[in-house]
Amino acid sequence: MTDFLQLFFSGLATGSIYALAALGFTLLWQASGTINFAQGEFVMLPAFMMLGFLSAGFPLWLAFVGSCVLSVFVLGWLFKRGLVDPLFKYGMMPIVVATIGLSIAMRNAVRAGYSAEPQPFPNLFPETVYDIAGVTISATDIGTFVFALILVLVTQTFLSRTVTGRAMQAVAQNTESASVLGINVPRMIFYTFAINALLAAAAAILVTPTYLAKFDMGASLGTKAFFAAIIGGFNNSRGALLGGLIVGVCENLSAAYISPSYKEAVALVIFMLVILFKPQGLLGKKEERKV
Amino acid sequence: MKKLSVLFGVLALAALVLVPSMLKSHGIYLFTYWLIYVIATMGLNLTVGYAGQKSLGHAAFFGIGAYVVAIGMQSGLSFWAGLPVAALSCFVVGLILGFPALRVQTIYLAFATLGFNTAVWLVMRNEEWLTGGTFGINNIARPEAFGISFDGNLAFYYLVLGFSVVLAALLWGLLRSPWGKAFTALRDNPIRAESLGVDIRRYTLLSFAIGGVYAGIAGALFGSLVQFIDPAPFTVEASIMMYLMVVVGGPGYFLGPLVGAAVGVILPEWLRFAQAWYLLVFGAAVMGLMIWLPDGLLSIPDRIRAKRQSREASAARAAAAQGVKS
Repeated sequence: MTDFLQLFFSGLATGSIYALAALGFTLLWQASGTINFAQGEFVMLPAFMMLGFLSAGFPLWLAFVGSCVLSVFVLGWLFKRGLVDPLFKYGMMPIVVATIGLSIAMRNAVRAGYSAEPQPFPNLFPETVYDIAGVTISATDIGTFVFALILVLVTQTFLSRTVTGRAMQAVAQNTESASVLGINVPRMIFYTFAINALLAAAAAILVTPTYLAKFDMGASLGTKAFFAAIIGGFNNSRGALLGGLIVGVCENLSAAYISPSYKEAVALVIFMLVILFKPQGLLGKKEERKV
Repeated sequence: MKKLSVLFGVLALAALVLVPSMLKSHGIYLFTYWLIYVIATMGLNLTVGYAGQKSLGHAAFFGIGAYVVAIGMQSGLSFWAGLPVAALSCFVVGLILGFPALRVQTIYLAFATLGFNTAVWLVMRNEEWLTGGTFGINNIARPEAFGISFDGNLAFYYLVLGFSVVLAALLWGLLRSPWGKAFTALRDNPIRAESLGVDIRRYTLLSFAIGGVYAGIAGALFGSLVQFIDPAPFTVEASIMMYLMVVVGGPGYFLGPLVGAAVGVILPEWLRFAQAWYLLVFGAAVMGLMIWLPDGLLSIPDRIRAKRQSREASAARAAAAQGVKS
């Protein structure tokens, strides 16, 4: 039982990072119909930005703030202006292909321009390990989970309680009526891209100490985020949290109890089950298909 | 026009026969490598370009073909006995993979196929008793037939060229048959196709199965070419690259795979010393292509033609307007 709890809690920590990436992914989808195949690379790039700031002699917190600002500019504004806006009118698949191209370009830009070797990254949390009734939990796991959970909840509250957030949701639900109501649609869509960039930067600072900063660190993270988003429900931002936690916990448990070498397949199996029995996701609402 | 394209085809084929015989062994290797990927992406072009099913799991078929033949040869079968088995397994797996496509479309299908690829890759990596795991399978012999050994690089190249020509001709025939029309109908408007009596269920499954067979045959040849296989060339990344090859060349253009495989496999292999820089440029080029030329490189002639026609039409309108005035 203690083993189980231990695995469960460390799974929650991993899952909360998936949830961060998945949340940004769902928000982009809702607001602008963008499927971002480069989501994993959106986490990788801020990690290297922080490394750059750190090697320039900044303390970690300042490096984080700096890379947040830089991320909002590059992964938010530039991404929207340069890639999504020109392709928006063509529908979904061209954006998908273009973001695949973007992920290849970003990955290899870091590989060619910085380094192909994994780079160490400073720990955000102390390396203490707590022992609660026989269950050992590391401070990193607790810190990661709490930090990620707070970020997800803050984003949720922002979306549902503030005027701007509600305007963003209105845009996501029905762009035309939102603009009739006087909402500045392009600005709201930009806010979504900015939030996605911030969540990616936050995921970067949480995940890099364990994964190390490497040009291809985003590959598996991006796929897990997609699966988590679809499992939870693509048109519901609470679904991303649920999906991320489910994937993280199930991965950890099956690695221990079934087979560690098939850990990568867990997200896939859950995804297939969800697609077969509840295609709109666990918390999603059904979307009617138009002829 | 028709005569011109026949002439062009004959010239291209003559070049494919003659040029490699003048090259050194690495050049021949690159040409063979290219043709193998052309065969594989021809299949994907059927699935994606003609039938419109967004498949991101094509490298899995490529791998299944390679492993089935390699394992068969390890246990004493000849290449020629292994090849039909590989093609048949890919056909069956393709039918099975087609089933999610009956339920979900576009991006969901892309992820389902991507997940399928991950699963196949995990089996290749983990089931050491069968596939040799990360150590792979060594010493895969090249085939021989009727006393002719295809062991030499050039001889093997001609074998692959023969396969590509036959498979291309078969695909050409398939696309011009009612089946081909049914595939494009499925892509352009599935609901309309169904209401016209096209069995969309059958054609969706078949588009995956036939596309898979092409990849399987290509995979079998790939194993013979490099004479060693491990799970690395059959990852999700490889599938995504194949998808990009189809898109870059021009989905639904018959010759698209020739161009796509050249920019997607041959250039990075040739520019191995600067691969990261090449892929950086490639990724950026894909983005540019989507913005300015979303139908792929081979749509350039069509575009020029369309532009010229619209210019001529507007000139004719202007002339007609002049005539009315005077």
